Amino acid sequence: MAGLAAKFGSGAMTNSVAEIAENEALLVIGSNTTENHPVIALRMKEAVTNGAKLIVADPRKIPLVKIAALWLRHKPGTDSVLLNAIMHVILEEGLEDKEFINKRTEAFEEFKKSLEPFTAEFGAEVTGVPAEDIRKAARIFGSAKNAGIYYAMGITQHSMGTNNVHAVGNLAMLTGNVGKRAAGVNPLRGQNNVQGACDMGCLPNVYPGYQNVANPDVQKKFEAAWGTALSNKPGLPATEMTGAMLAGSLKGMYVFGENPALSDPNTTHSLKAFNSLEFLVVQDIFLTETAELADVVLPSSSFAEKNGTFTSTERRVQRVRKAIASPGQAKDDLIIIDMITKRLEGSAAAGKAPEAAAVFAEVASLWPGIAGMSYERLEKESLSWPCPSLDHPGTDFLFKDTFPREGGKALFAKVPQILSNELPDKEYPFVLTTGRELFHYHTGTMTRRSAGLNAVAPEAYIEINPVDADGLGIKNGENLKVTSRRGTIDLKARVSGIVPPQVVFIPFHYKEAAANLLTNDAMDPVCKIMEAKVCAVRLEK
Amino acid sequence: MISLTIDDKTIEVPEGTTVLEAARKLDIDIPTLCYDSRLKPYGACRLCIVEIAGFPKPVTSCTTPAAANMVVKTNSDLLYRLRRTTIELLLSDHPNDCMVCIKSGDCTLQELAYLYDIRENRFQGEMRDHNRIDENPFIMREQNKCVMCGLCVRVCDEVEGVGAIGYVNRGFESKICPPFERELNCEFCGQCVSICPTGALSGKMWAGLPRQEGVKLTDSTCTYCGCGCNITLHSHADKVIRVSAKATSHNRGWLCVKGRFGFDFINRGDRLTTPLIRREKGGKLEPATWDEALSLITTKMNGIKEKHGPDALGGLASARCTNEENYLFQKLFRKVIGTNNVDHCARY
Repeated sequence: MAGLAAKFGSGAMTNSVAEIAENEALLVIGSNTTENHPVIALRMKEAVTNGAKLIVADPRKIPLVKIAALWLRHKPGTDSVLLNAIMHVILEEGLEDKEFINKRTEAFEEFKKSLEPFTAEFGAEVTGVPAEDIRKAARIFGSAKNAGIYYAMGITQHSMGTNNVHAVGNLAMLTGNVGKRAAGVNPLRGQNNVQGACDMGCLPNVYPGYQNVANPDVQKKFEAAWGTALSNKPGLPATEMTGAMLAGSLKGMYVFGENPALSDPNTTHSLKAFNSLEFLVVQDIFLTETAELADVVLPSSSFAEKNGTFTSTERRVQRVRKAIASPGQAKDDLIIIDMITKRLEGSAAAGKAPEAAAVFAEVASLWPGIAGMSYERLEKESLSWPCPSLDHPGTDFLFKDTFPREGGKALFAKVPQILSNELPDKEYPFVLTTGRELFHYHTGTMTRRSAGLNAVAPEAYIEINPVDADGLGIKNGENLKVTSRRGTIDLKARVSGIVPPQVVFIPFHYKEAAANLLTNDAMDPVCKIMEAKVCAVRLEK
Repeated sequence: MISLTIDDKTIEVPEGTTVLEAARKLDIDIPTLCYDSRLKPYGACRLCIVEIAGFPKPVTSCTTPAAANMVVKTNSDLLYRLRRTTIELLLSDHPNDCMVCIKSGDCTLQELAYLYDIRENRFQGEMRDHNRIDENPFIMREQNKCVMCGLCVRVCDEVEGVGAIGYVNRGFESKICPPFERELNCEFCGQCVSICPTGALSGKMWAGLPRQEGVKLTDSTCTYCGCGCNITLHSHADKVIRVSAKATSHNRGWLCVKGRFGFDFINRGDRLTTPLIRREKGGKLEPATWDEALSLITTKMNGIKEKHGPDALGGLASARCTNEENYLFQKLFRKVIGTNNVDHCARY
């Protein structure tokens, strides 16, 4: 998100999901859409049925490859080189959108120069994708009237994640595919309300609506609204909190509806960090791996037991409605947070319980982007932000006339070649990449408690190419010991051509064989994301 | 645009519109079993037949494109008799066990039998015996109730792009099944279940649970990925017993296996139902009252803040929870505790 914000002034899916069906060309890179965003993948299938050309760039033979016009099987961690090489060819063959570049972007000349070394042949050497395929991709994407890019954690969860996002954005700008219908730069957000949690200011550097905490005007605005002095010092990002806990500077944590003990890269490290805390509060619906470490566990409500809103990946704000009561003494999260707030404020008895509609109205009064939304409107329709006034219909695609940066133009950024933090070597000769599978979700807190889902996907596995399996003398279904510099897990081998030779894949849902015990917690220097998608491992029978 | 007349009403429609679509625009009810506006027309069930002036015989309106100056009749004695016979034939080898059928009250065939007042059937004979045991955990197939409308086959192919099922055999023996009549082995999105007009395909998870009586429907948003699919929760007493989606939603009624079938975590017995406290370091988590839990949080958090300053506290908010909750959570940290140490898992 930091990458997109620097480029365009705002970081979110630029276009809506429904528009996908109207694309002439699509590039899906670092997203196994069919398994992670199944219903968005249906729109991609529709686009292909309508005649669109789909380019899939993924080291794994993901299900979308079946309907792709072109599959670029690049080596893990070489995304930006691949994109740079595609852009090099676009410029070489004059497929760029000169008018868009002139009118709506800045820093093009330096950027153009930075692409010089990234020839198709150089790209082929680094990424393993044949030069001719890089050229084909450039021609498909560069000559389409409207082309959209779709990506997910396969682009961002790298130590050069911000760079990758810049490369994706550069490609859209170079071909004039942003700020118009059925195109754009579209990060597919992994969780039901990850967009909303960002929008609501659950980020260490911004208030709700991406208003910077270090900006004195913003600070004044929120001080006036909340009636108290506020800190202008940006807080710690989640990934740095682990280090701060271990260093002893972060002593108390309140974790709400998350399971970082299993989802964080280098789990051993994060478990140690949570264990070193003086005080840990966890609020959840199940006794998660993180809750087991807590001093206080608060029983909360599932989505079926409360009122509120979620914001989907296409910036669409939608109602969540209470269907049933919570079990036992479990309470609505809104009420729990409010009770803690009142206790800490010393106003325990005062005031009535908060209502979702009133809280939403408070946010709408502080963030102009949703000023036009209210529960009254959301009762009848769902709305995508920006929606600045009550008569505004919401926004399908962003940046139609201008980019919300100073000067109103989008910024080209040079993207140098950066290697993954940990590459295979003699001792750890395989690249491990991680992700989700269709039948489970994240750390499996919900899906592994679903009898049916767990029945069709009962256990962890590691995908290994038949060539490598032969080399190791491993048969399908046999157990493999997988070791990285950070840990070891045992799990069944699934011998499959889905992964290329020298690359293995483990879904990270299974706590008994937690992929994140192995993954690397090296961070992107700008957005502080961890490198869950590439690390080096050793395989033993 | 093309102008045509249906049941003495005139309408203008764009070229390519079918007679059925034009009639629906006029709010004229034509019965169908195999039609769905989200799929290509198919013309299998023959219920949507209409009479068109100049045409020698009734034609299926779902596959007939509207033409200029067409004069269409959707209701006549002839059409009524033809439709009634078609339904009678469908019912002639149907189990007709509506009383105990999972689809009762939400079944197109049942509704048609009622509307056409079919109490006795002129056609008697052999019944199909296609029933089989399904081992998958999600989709129940009662093929004796299949009307061969092909909706399931088409949605799996046209929308899902999977093609897990197809037609086998001919005539009376024809049925729908996976390749080589094996067990279903698909993505289990359940699109076929959602579109089946009879009890032939249903969800195992809601078998034997209340159908309509006492069932509350609540429109909401799916809790899994960022697609933001609109769903309808079917609840009975304090349990969610089924999830469905409306064809009019932005996800057009389509869901994935998690959204449609992955809801039983809600009512699991191992949900947390009381606050837990670890009374001493290294001790066990034990049940506590809300007051105890909140008092401990207040003492500890205030203590850390006083001793080490607000930045010694941090919060992880939730990409799973609502906007309102996340807003109050960051407000708690910023306003009450006084730190910007608040983040969530956007980076994972």
